Formats: sequence, C-alpha cells, structure tokens
Amino acid sequence: MSTVTRPASTRTPPGAGPQSAPRPAPRSVPRWVRHLFAGYLPLTIATLVIGLPLLWLILSSFKTQGEILTNTIHWLPGSLYFGNFSTAFTIVPFARVFLNSVIVTVIGAGIKVILAIISAYALVFVRFPLKKTIFMLILVALMVPAQISIVPNYVLVAALGGVNTYWGIIVPTLGTAFGTFLLRQQFLMFPTAVAEAAEIDGASHWTRMVHIVMPMRRSAIATLALIYIVLEWNEYIWPLVIVNDPNHMTLPVGLTLLENNEPGSTAWGVVMAGAVLVIVPILLVFIVLQKHIVSGLTQGAVKG
Amino acid sequence: MPNMSTPGAVAIRPKATRRSAPSSWERLRHAWRRYHTEYLIFLALMAPNLILIAVFVYRPLFLNIYYSTLNWSLGSSTAIRVGLGNYIEWFTDPQSWTVLEVTAIFTVVTVGGSMVLGLALALVLNEKIHFAAFARATVFAPYVLSGVGVGLTWLFIFDPAYGVLGQIIRSFGGTSPQWYLSSPWALAMVMIVYVWKNLGYTAVIYLAGLQAMSQEVLEAADVDGASSTRKLFSVKLPLLSPTTMFLVVTLMLSSLQSFDIIQIMTQGGPFGGTTTLMYEVYHDAFVNGRVGYSSTAAVILFVILFVMTFFYMRFVERKVTYQ
Repeated sequence: MSTVTRPASTRTPPGAGPQSAPRPAPRSVPRWVRHLFAGYLPLTIATLVIGLPLLWLILSSFKTQGEILTNTIHWLPGSLYFGNFSTAFTIVPFARVFLNSVIVTVIGAGIKVILAIISAYALVFVRFPLKKTIFMLILVALMVPAQISIVPNYVLVAALGGVNTYWGIIVPTLGTAFGTFLLRQQFLMFPTAVAEAAEIDGASHWTRMVHIVMPMRRSAIATLALIYIVLEWNEYIWPLVIVNDPNHMTLPVGLTLLENNEPGSTAWGVVMAGAVLVIVPILLVFIVLQKHIVSGLTQGAVKG
Repeated sequence: MPNMSTPGAVAIRPKATRRSAPSSWERLRHAWRRYHTEYLIFLALMAPNLILIAVFVYRPLFLNIYYSTLNWSLGSSTAIRVGLGNYIEWFTDPQSWTVLEVTAIFTVVTVGGSMVLGLALALVLNEKIHFAAFARATVFAPYVLSGVGVGLTWLFIFDPAYGVLGQIIRSFGGTSPQWYLSSPWALAMVMIVYVWKNLGYTAVIYLAGLQAMSQEVLEAADVDGASSTRKLFSVKLPLLSPTTMFLVVTLMLSSLQSFDIIQIMTQGGPFGGTTTLMYEVYHDAFVNGRVGYSSTAAVILFVILFVMTFFYMRFVERKVTYQ
C-alpha cells in the first residue's frame, strides 16, 4: 500500500502550503446525524441481516413440528425441545459421523501444518540451487482450483481402494501450497542475525527449526492451524465424492442424508438440528478466536 | 516482496567466480561437494509436499485433458477414444450455452453484489463508532461456516410454505415467490445466499485497504473542503483500486468454483436453472457417470480460470508502477 500512497501524499494541494492556515474540516451535518445514518443504522441492519438467520437456525432446531408447520411465526420455541436432535440421530449415525469429522479435521490439519512448516523452513533456511523454481511450482499449484481435480483424483483413489476410508478422504487434500506460501513469508521476515548466530553455533537444522524458528513464529503457525481446522471441517465436495457409506461420512456429507431422507418440506426441525451440529462448533471457535481467524484468512490480500 | 535470495546462494557465488569462468555444471558439482548434506536435507523436507502436489494437483490437471478425449463411463474398465468428440458435443449442445449463461449471471451478480455491499459496509465499519468491532466479527462469521449448514438454514428460510421469509411476505399481504420451482427465482435464491456468506470477506479486505490509507491525503482533501462524496470518488476509490482489482479476481475465481450451496439448495435445478460450469463438472461425472464429458467441462472451466489469472497478473504488474 505504501508504495501507492507515497507519491500522492507529496502532491500537496495548492491551497495547503505551509503559509496558509489550514481551515477546519467542513461539518455541514451534525456529528450525531452522520453517526446515526452513516454508522449505527446501516451497521445495525447489516448485523441483523447476517446474525438473524443464524439465530433462527439455532432457535428452529429446538422447535416442535407444530411450531414449525404453522402459518403464524413462532419466533421462540415454546420450550427446549430436543426431539429434533434425537430424530436426527436415528436417521444418521451422528455420533460416528461427528467423530469422523473430528478425526479427519485433526489429522488433516495437523499434517498440513507440519508439511507447511518443513517446506517453508527448507525454502528459506536450507541451501539448494533450484529454490526459486520449486517455489514457483508451489505458487502455481496455489492457483489451480482443487475442484477441477476431483474426477482424476477420484479415479486414482478409487483404484487404490480409498473409497470409504479415512486415508481416501484425507490424503488427496494434503498438498499444502497455501500454508507453505504463508509461512515462507513469515520465515523470510525472520531476523537474519538470530538465524546466522544459530548456524555459527553449529546448531543442526532440526534444532534451528524446532527450537528457534518455530517458537519465534508460533502465532503465525497457530493462525495457520486454525485456518486449516476451519477449512478441513467444512470440506464438502471431496468427502461427498469419495464416501458413500454413512459410517465413514463427515458431518457436511452426513447432513445431505438428512435432507434426502425428508419427503417434501416436513421435518425442518430435524434438518436444522443437523445444521446446528455442523455450524455451532466452528461458530464457537470463531467467537473465541475471531481476531486470529479474520487476520489469517485475509492475510496478504492488501499487501499485494 | 523484497529480496528473496538466501544466505546460501550468496555464499556460493564468490567461491565460484574465483576460478576462471567455470561452467554452470562445474559450479553445480563444486556446490554439491560442499553442500550435499544441505541439499539432501532440503530434498527430504520438501519431498512429501512436492510429491503430494504433483500427484493430486498437477497430475489431475493433465489427466483432465486426456480424459476429455475419451468416451468413458464412471466405473467402467473400457473407454473409447473420441478425439475432440466431447468438445464438439459440448459446443453444439444448447444446454451448454444455458450453463455458460447461468455461470456468467451467477459470477457477475455475486462478485458485483459483494463488491458494492462490501465496500459500503467497509466505509461504515471505518467510522469510529463503538459497535464497529462487534459488527465486523458478525459480518465475517458466515464466511467460516460450512456451506452445507448455511445452505440448509437458508433453504428453510426460503421455503414458500413454512419458511420465515414467506411468512413475512404474507403478513404484508404478498405471496412468496416459488424459490424451489422457478429457475430465475432459484438462481436468485442461490446468489443471495452466496453473497450473504461471502460478503464479510470483501468488507474486511476493503476495510484493511481503507485503514492502510494515508491520513495525510484524507486530511489534505478535508483542508481543500472536499465533501464526503467527493472524497469517496476522487480520493478513496482511486487509492483503493489495487484492492478492488485483487478482490475482483479472487472473488471471481472463488465464485466460479462454488459448489456447496448449489448442491445443497437446488442440485443445479430446476431445469438446469442453477447449473454452473463447476456444477456441471460434478454432475456429469458423479450423477450422469460421463467421465470424459465432465473432464471436457473441467478443461473449459480451467481455461476460463487460467485466462483470468493471467490477465490479473498482467494487470497487477501494471498496477505496481501505477502513479
């Protein structure tokens, strides 16, 4: 950004030389009017438009069939009714499906973070002649949309017997271009003095990576882990394609079963209960760690 | 990005130049003798990731091209070579033009909608009011939530019979549109949900752009007595143009690849009214079982994405030297 703004700021407007006293900024409208109509009002509307559907989802999951299938709006459920959840559990083996999601998320995100750390470390701190070419190959991979590769990947993984297996769900998404790119940028900003001192002291690469670089970049690594957890948990198209047995489904795929199971538009309460199971865990994580998630997901965007 | 050269690369050079113009091969051999442990460590660290990327990112890219020349049913052990047959079929099938039209409408409306609303929201969030941090977090939240969960939630809200939207419309004396049964309304529904889910991302990126803006410039405009509208169009928007370019391309790329919401809410229907090119790739292969035809659509989609990325790279290169 700074490269763009610098020339503009030196172009001083003619009236604003050092000799002419700066006029106060124009205030044609009172401050409170401006804050109300260009601040609080639109922000309240935006917050409601975004927040209310989520609230509606959670409230509906506790409503009885009678409260949902009605012509008058029941905003709040009459009582905390858990029937939708128990019905959902009889249609889909949710305990198992939830566990599958946790396993896939933890293992998938864990391996991706490790791969990102060692790849970025190698690209920044280890000598090798073709590093720029290799980094370019990773950058290009970052731009290849994963969705386009589902058919050839399905053919390969199915031929290797990966349908309805954990490895079939996890392995094909493990290549980590994004994480490598993000951490490489972080490692490049690593103080050279520290890195060189460690090298002169004869510290091995392992020691340098685990005891010097990783601790000093732990917030970047934690942010990356968080992003991968969110992405892995929400991943839909690949598990949808590679799994057809309910006992191996992850949550987003299992929910599809609920939807298909319902004739017409009857059991919305049950479907909402299922949606709560997939949305609320990530929503809670987001509420606690929103600053890190927002900055992580939008990183590098403005610098570009 | 500043200088990307590493300490290692710098250390090799003076050694090598001391000899009388060694060939690059000799230089490499010398470097190998000196640094082979380093090289081996590098390869060991990079290998797992590079192999995964090669097998699951690059290989499919080229295989798609090969598959697109085959007439091959999913699960079948035999395939017939048809050359460009799939492409001819795709370009002569009127359905393909509907797919392209839906894709174009979906992309233009979702990208345009998120940009305009996102910028407006960012301008408001940039005002110094108490509520802003909370509002920013709320608006961003749907972006991290499962597309499947979001799609189901909105499917219920849009339900013409029992959904809350229909009930609100009825309480004002109207009738709910047939969101599930009419193609244009179904497309509108899917686009509304997509913008709802992704708006926060655009707003936060624009907000970061606004906050990185030099205060001097804005104060200078104030001193000149510029109105807020004038400041927006003559100062803020031009300074935000790199952010805008970045957003146009990233949003287009992700919009062209959207799948979750369409699959959950409409399955591409009714009558193909919400089938985008990405959805066609999935549908042809995994519902119709036509691998070759699906790969043809995948190649066409990839060409579109590639051309856009390429133009962005060219444009950004120009932008860097802008002003």
